[in-house]
Amino acid sequence: MPVDQSLVGRVFPPTRPHTVTEEGLREFAAATGGEYAGRAPATYSIVLAFEAMNAFLESEQVDLFRIVHGEQKFAYERPILAGDELTATLTVAALRQIAGNDIITTSSEITDAAGELVCTANATLVHRGAA
Amino acid sequence: MSLPSQTFTITRADLVKYAEASGDHNPIHQDEEVARSVGLPGVIAHGMYTMALAARAVEAWFPGAEVVSLGCKFTNPVVVPRDGGVTIEVGGESKGTDDGLTTVALTVTCDGQKVLGMPKAVVRG
Repeated sequence: MPVDQSLVGRVFPPTRPHTVTEEGLREFAAATGGEYAGRAPATYSIVLAFEAMNAFLESEQVDLFRIVHGEQKFAYERPILAGDELTATLTVAALRQIAGNDIITTSSEITDAAGELVCTANATLVHRGAA
Repeated sequence: MSLPSQTFTITRADLVKYAEASGDHNPIHQDEEVARSVGLPGVIAHGMYTMALAARAVEAWFPGAEVVSLGCKFTNPVVVPRDGGVTIEVGGESKGTDDGLTTVALTVTCDGQKVLGMPKAVVRG
């Protein structure tokens, strides 16, 4: 089932606040074979962005197993640090169909407790249609 | 300026650990049958895991530097066999520094084939 075209431009509710802990940063760094060096690894924002994407997919009843990642970009205003309280707000930026797949472009703004932008995470998701 | 290539091995156990840490429990990264059912050649690494390894290479080239932006397309899946693992190679080319920001063009390959499209990082300091 193709994803509904009217979704373009829709802003989804912010994810619940996520408190960044040193332990969480250490765990993420270790899971990618690295070491915690006082700030979040460069791809840590995916934890926030993924939660927003998951909520979006669930609300649209899209099966996660049909999704592959097409493109990802992170643009940081400042590094993420332990103690930050972050939320992600996802907007559906574009939607197109290619060869039976939906190409869903999303932009998630990650903001801190003061409402300041910390990172913009742009993701393209490929929804593989049922054969 | 060319930066020294770095290699990383990815195993199925790494993907389990990464799923836990990232919250991405998509079964295409764990379950052969599910992966094949959506037309993939087998269990594939999270694109974000490959990107995280590319970021580690950047950290190693520029110790202590802040990554200001990082992006890529996921052009070819990294298939991870049940036994052993698969090796990826991360190469980099520093494109110069402007206003304190250094742009690095990356090349990420698996078995000689590019797996990320136009991977690029910008670092400060």
